[in-house]
Amino acid sequence: MATDIATKASTRADGARRRKRAVRLSTWDRVAIAVMVGIPVFLTGALIWFPTVSSVLLSFTNWDGIGGLHTIHWIGTTNYRQIVTIYPSFWPAFEHNFYWLFALAFVGTPMGMLLAYELDKNIRGTRLYQSAFYIPVVIAPAIIGLITELVLSPQQGLISSLFADPRHGHVIDWLGNPAINIWAVLVFACWRHASYVMILYLAGLKALDPTLREAAAIDGASEAQAYFKVVLPALKPINIVLVVITVIEALRAFDIVYIINHGRNGLELLSVLITDNIIGEASRIGYGSAIAVVLLVISIVPIVVFVWNSFQQADA
Amino acid sequence: MTDVAVETRKPPRQPTKRRAGPGRLLLHVFLVLVALLWISPIIWAIFTAMRPYADTSAHGYVSWPHHFNFDNFKNAYTQADLLHYFFNSIIVALPAIFLILLFSSAVAFVVSRYSYWFNVPLLIFFLAANLLPQQVILQPLYRLYLQIPLPTWISDSGYLYDSYLGLILINVAFQTGFCTFVLANYMKTIPKSLSEAARVDGAGVLRQYFQIMLPLSKPAIAALATLEFTFIYNDFLWALILIQNGSKRPITAALNNLQGEFFTDNNLLAAGALMTAIPTLLVFVILQKHFVNGLTLGANKE
Repeated sequence: MATDIATKASTRADGARRRKRAVRLSTWDRVAIAVMVGIPVFLTGALIWFPTVSSVLLSFTNWDGIGGLHTIHWIGTTNYRQIVTIYPSFWPAFEHNFYWLFALAFVGTPMGMLLAYELDKNIRGTRLYQSAFYIPVVIAPAIIGLITELVLSPQQGLISSLFADPRHGHVIDWLGNPAINIWAVLVFACWRHASYVMILYLAGLKALDPTLREAAAIDGASEAQAYFKVVLPALKPINIVLVVITVIEALRAFDIVYIINHGRNGLELLSVLITDNIIGEASRIGYGSAIAVVLLVISIVPIVVFVWNSFQQADA
Repeated sequence: MTDVAVETRKPPRQPTKRRAGPGRLLLHVFLVLVALLWISPIIWAIFTAMRPYADTSAHGYVSWPHHFNFDNFKNAYTQADLLHYFFNSIIVALPAIFLILLFSSAVAFVVSRYSYWFNVPLLIFFLAANLLPQQVILQPLYRLYLQIPLPTWISDSGYLYDSYLGLILINVAFQTGFCTFVLANYMKTIPKSLSEAARVDGAGVLRQYFQIMLPLSKPAIAALATLEFTFIYNDFLWALILIQNGSKRPITAALNNLQGEFFTDNNLLAAGALMTAIPTLLVFVILQKHFVNGLTLGANKE
């Protein structure tokens, strides 16, 4: 460890930035900093960013994954043309991801915001209510998938038992009917997402200066006016976070449908198609990578917004 | 997951007067109804798990239970060997959490104490990595893991693929970004004078990190540790793709195989699912406390 630390300020301290760096670091300290930053950077670079770039490159090639790297051939945009024209699952999956986003954005997220808003009113027993609303976030999405099956099973589920006698009348096969199963699953996806949004939004509301709302009340604003004209604009940074996580969660959706039926028969998602092309029998690396790039391109927008939003706040 | 940031917080709000009245009553009615609706799927799972299969098939699922017992839990526990899968989860989660917090606090320390040109690009590098949908990197990652040989005492498959180490590393790489971001924001609120005083006393970078910044960041680290435990324990995708041998899978990914064993018996499935959720529900009780602590302590530093 270093013993010879320069405590003298450098004479070159001209800018604010320079001044902070003005402390000279010993060689040991420099090595320590290089290791502290270098190892995490290497790991994240090797396991996240290198594969990201590789996905983009592989999407323009055909490779069976069996031969060595020299068997990779550049085939231009063929994979992309083929997934949109002859790959039967692509458009249904794309559509389902869109429904997913739609449901989270217009049902899950507003529901979570509403719950957070109501819970922020200083009510008796708020901890108890919060605990109930937290639970779906704590439970693994895969287990949410199993619970979905338990509730919606046509023979043994809660819904069909309540609304129809499964031993006689006809039952609705909520998860087996490809015309409706995506919506049935989305109810449960929204259940979890609303809880997640509630936690984030409640933290944002609690951080809000209470005098803002009091001032609005004194000025005679109704509750709705105070919310839409004062609270909502004041929470702009957290609102952006909510929009971003809603989009990203819709793109990541996977566990619930995979545990239910491996994402088939009406529950296809882009994420499922990618895993099918890795571990499925008919795996095509080029197709899987091209779909990965579609996800990447869509996700770049919310990622950039989120990063930009975070660093704007940090500077302010 | 993008996840909950440990946000700094304004001074605690003065409790406003509780207004009793019809509005309040309606609010409680609303909240009670929604809360019941919210936990009803879980109550249903417990209800299903507590009843023997024979009871439900004889009387229908929504019927007054003639028998209530824990047999399904016992059977799920022994038949599915849940304890074994639970230990697999622990083998992955504990080292991963340790490394995530070590790496992210180290980067956060450097970024918050020294003004390098690369500070902001570095934070973006980590944060954006955590925001990517996992499937974007899955295919090349799988191929990469198959290319990296490991000695058999680390991985009996001989590769990073199908090894605990591989699973630990991807969890670390993916989650470090989020924790770095949170910890960097947290450490920025710790006065620079503290580490400067230590430096004047002759403490090097490592001593400032271990003896000053880490102890001061304890609340944020505790909050992140509980969060990361639930994230890694709940992980399904990484283990599904990167672990081939079913008996090596952590418990959440193992549900995929367990489901096949139980599929005719919903009561048993319910018991297995609930038992899998118990560790995170237990941690959740701790998480709530740590979380609030992390939030309020972050505020007071500012």
